[in-house]
Amino acid sequence: MSGRDSLSGSLPVAEAQAMHARVPELVVISGKGGTGKTSVVASLAVLAENVVVADCDVDAADLHLVLAPEILETHAFVSGHEAVIRQSDCDASGTCKEVCRFGAVIAGEGSSAFVIDPLACEGCGVCVELCPAHAIDFPERNCGEWFVSTTRNGPMVHARLGIAAENSGKLVSIVRNEARNAAAGNGSSMILVDGPPGIGCPVIAAITGAAGVLVVTEPTVSGEHDMERVLELAAHFQIPAAVCVNRWDINPEGARSIEVRAREHGATIVGRIRYDAAVTQAQVGGRAVVELGGVAADDIRAVWDRVQRWMDE
Amino acid sequence: MIVAIASGKGGTGKTTVAVNLALSLSGNVQLLDCDVEAPNVHLFLEAQLEGREVVGIPVPVVDADLCNQCGECSRLCQYNAIAVLGTGVMVFPELCHGCGGCALVCPEDAISEVMRPIGVVEESRSGSVHLVQGRLNVGEALVPPLIREVRARSCEEGVVLIDAPPGTSCSMIAAVRGSDFVVLVTEPTPFGLNDLELAVETVRTLDIPFGVVINRAGSGDNRVQEYCAAEDIDILLEIPDDRRIAEAYARGLTLVDAIPDICPLFDSLAAKVEALSPITAGRPIGKELADVRP
Repeated sequence: MSGRDSLSGSLPVAEAQAMHARVPELVVISGKGGTGKTSVVASLAVLAENVVVADCDVDAADLHLVLAPEILETHAFVSGHEAVIRQSDCDASGTCKEVCRFGAVIAGEGSSAFVIDPLACEGCGVCVELCPAHAIDFPERNCGEWFVSTTRNGPMVHARLGIAAENSGKLVSIVRNEARNAAAGNGSSMILVDGPPGIGCPVIAAITGAAGVLVVTEPTVSGEHDMERVLELAAHFQIPAAVCVNRWDINPEGARSIEVRAREHGATIVGRIRYDAAVTQAQVGGRAVVELGGVAADDIRAVWDRVQRWMDE
Repeated sequence: MIVAIASGKGGTGKTTVAVNLALSLSGNVQLLDCDVEAPNVHLFLEAQLEGREVVGIPVPVVDADLCNQCGECSRLCQYNAIAVLGTGVMVFPELCHGCGGCALVCPEDAISEVMRPIGVVEESRSGSVHLVQGRLNVGEALVPPLIREVRARSCEEGVVLIDAPPGTSCSMIAAVRGSDFVVLVTEPTPFGLNDLELAVETVRTLDIPFGVVINRAGSGDNRVQEYCAAEDIDILLEIPDDRRIAEAYARGLTLVDAIPDICPLFDSLAAKVEALSPITAGRPIGKELADVRP
């Protein structure tokens, strides 16, 4: 659940930083969902030469729908534990229910006095420890899968978090770590990361130690509000930020206001992308919009040029 | 009666549906903004702030005079949040989930707990809408406890609408779990369909009845409609792809105010919501649920 937890769990921070020194990571984030992160990343993956792509939006991954990865390796993501009551040994003392702070112990049916709701269990193990009958097992949890793949544009690392699973931050850390390994093995110049929405655990795990974040936002009141939160987050972790306004011509006034705000937060403006129905058409056809052409494709090319210059500075 | 507005994919229009549905329902409505990482409902309602409360989670404090460094606390902790180092005990509060286990197992009673703030819950009112909003502190990773605090402020009477965070992970579960009905908002694109399928799987795992709202209908393809037909999923509403809607949303206007001919669409959704009947609270969650977990 916690980003820093995930780093300490799977990869020592010093090691992560040493690896980051080898190949710079550009993480595309937004705060608000649906601003066009994945469409932009898919296009950058096509435009960039010699990059590794990492999809860190692990609980609603979409980049594979465009990049069509051929999966080379599949790995189980096992993380944490869950409490399971052995009904044959349970003496219904109710201790588990008393000590659980997550409301995960609920009344059972029939001969079962109590059962653990796996969707509410946080895997803390307190009930396991304190059950007077020692009737609670604590097996490891399978929380999803991660993949190493190849695409028409180079290597890709991606994942699928289990439905309703926890520890998305830890899975993000694994994906980034594997992308670093792939980049080192491939002599890649950059790792391009499709980040998750929001500012919580998986986002923190996606951006800590990155060379820079590219914030894709939209000229709406929500886009501006959430961009400010994500720029504050980047500043909190001292990561340089660039901003591009997608579909800016829907609200030119709003686009200007967002750029002013972004600069106030110390971000670099790397361009605007016009609204273009070709973006959705490209998605429907399983292509990146720069493979299809159009005004948005032209604008994304210009953004990519500026991002490269910004990364070089 | 609790209705959660959710989606797998972000930016499909959850907040638009939640706000315009709230304004279309008759009588008082409570609207809980559980997208605490990116709370946006307040941008669309002119609401008077009525109260604000700092929310935290309990984290351990060790009394060095009582502690004998036995290490029981760190042995129990699943989150590496407490460790015996040399002659003392170190606590890493940002890793702590607040389970309270360390204090319970400490044989010397050397551990007490203090609240570590993770965000705020704000309550405000705008006409018939009572808004409860969570706002996560920037830099904070732990989200579900704040969502649970927002949920804890829902009233028992009337309609409660929940604006959920995107995705299918623990935050979305914390927002949606225990609701009577879920409205899944999607868009007619491959990304929308892919993430709708994940959201459907999640809501079926939670065993909550649901229906779908298709936003920007006509902008992509028909695969979402075909999927819903094949899965026997009720499409509650299709909101047309209309530049006026995008422009109103961009400026923070509600659609029912800015575009009068949209009102009948949300009236029909409101009628469907008002016709729902709440599920009996406290339904036991059966064994089969454990089996469908991945």
